[in-house]
Amino acid sequence: MNDVSMAAPMSAEQARGAAAAAAPRIAIRNLDFIYAPGLPKALKGITLDIPDRQVTGMIGPSGCGKSTLLRVLNRMYSLYPGQRAEGEVIMDGRNLIGPDVDINELRSRIGMVFQKPTPFPMTIFENIAFGVRLHERLNKAQMAERVEWALTRAAIWNEVKDRLHSSALGLSGGQQQRLCIARSIAVRPEVILLDEPTSALDPISTLKIEELVDELKKDFTIVIVTHNMQQAARCADQVAFFYLGELIEVGSAAQMFTAPRHPKTQEYITGRFG
Amino acid sequence: MPQEASPHVVRSYEGELRRLREMIARMGGLAERQVADSAQALIRRDTDLAAEVVRRDAELDQMEREIEQFCVRLLALRQPMAGDLRLIIAAMKISSDLERIGDYARNGAKRAIVVSQQFLISSLNGFERMSELVQENLRGAIDALVEEDAEKADEVWRGDEPIDGIYNGIFRELLTFMMEDPRNITAATHLLFIAKNMERIGDHATNIAERVHFVVLGEPVTADRPKGDDSASAVAGAPR
Repeated sequence: MNDVSMAAPMSAEQARGAAAAAAPRIAIRNLDFIYAPGLPKALKGITLDIPDRQVTGMIGPSGCGKSTLLRVLNRMYSLYPGQRAEGEVIMDGRNLIGPDVDINELRSRIGMVFQKPTPFPMTIFENIAFGVRLHERLNKAQMAERVEWALTRAAIWNEVKDRLHSSALGLSGGQQQRLCIARSIAVRPEVILLDEPTSALDPISTLKIEELVDELKKDFTIVIVTHNMQQAARCADQVAFFYLGELIEVGSAAQMFTAPRHPKTQEYITGRFG
Repeated sequence: MPQEASPHVVRSYEGELRRLREMIARMGGLAERQVADSAQALIRRDTDLAAEVVRRDAELDQMEREIEQFCVRLLALRQPMAGDLRLIIAAMKISSDLERIGDYARNGAKRAIVVSQQFLISSLNGFERMSELVQENLRGAIDALVEEDAEKADEVWRGDEPIDGIYNGIFRELLTFMMEDPRNITAATHLLFIAKNMERIGDHATNIAERVHFVVLGEPVTADRPKGDDSASAVAGAPR
């Protein structure tokens, strides 16, 4: 995973250089967000690169904007009139928050997993197949293959292969969360957004998810929001610290957790806040 | 980056970090005293004081173990990050620097007992001056840690050069004495080791200063330290 040793931390320039070396998967530029007209901005001028096939961890106190940013990335906010994003979120040369974006197509490219596992009240198999059918026409054999692939990648295949046709609601919390991850990767997205994916799980299930994240980053670009600092340190390659809607500091996990540059970051990650 | 802008949310943790600083300060104080007494024992030919230095070294060893155990506990129970993590790692390393400084002081004291039984072959002014500078640097390095003062740490780091200079002077002088009269060799050899010990103590003080720099600013010292010790390549010249 990432290097959290006390070795010479990367300088800001090196960290930026490393992130820039690989072209960003998503480039966020001057992003503002408001929940309703008249309310203060929930995101203020965010500029951030999400590097390709790396894990970007977002940390910050409640209300700092990290979950809001996640919701902007897959246009979750479009469900709510009045919520407005301004600026640019560039992926493959297109502005994801522009008016001409097909939201269904966008969500097949950018998957999301939530804090509480959200299995559908159907069989394990159908939980995976359901989303795939929305985007692709597969025959029975292809679908079975896809379901097995997704469950295998989500490190849950061995636990469920003998009960694919029983209800997903019978799985444990940790299994349900891995099922949800399987569901999001089944449509073969490019980016996976994880919003506090382990906050409702026990420590071992948490480690399994973290191991899974480490495995998945070979193929997917991952953004994870977490309240658990150690988790960000364990999982993330790049860490971004948000406070009151602003991006305060971004750097490699090793640099952010050994030698953050901004006093606010230092205060937050050492527990000297407010 | 200077921390302590606001206190830790968990007050007992804040207290533990304060206690760690105090432990280092106390150990630093004792190491400094060992260096001072070891030098005084030599200069005043005081074998009682020398024996006292040898005896007291066990206290430093004990303090090192305590600091190490305390740091391991903090790492395990508090999962420190950023400045706190740097402080704890540095404290562990500084405590071993101080322990080594204690060993050099004890070794110097043992040799001072032997030297006191020999003819006085030279003035010991150089030793006195060297010991003062070394103590000053040691004190400065520990103060820099307690006060989180990177500037002070850097001053100590740069301040090692004069110590090396005095060491070179002593080295050459003693070489000359040995060549003049072989009966000087016993005392001169012990004195050489004592001088080398002091020079090493100075190096450990600069190590501590480097660690303090890292604790406070979060980045290692990268420049090359100015060095004045060229005795490694010195050759004995013809007797004057």
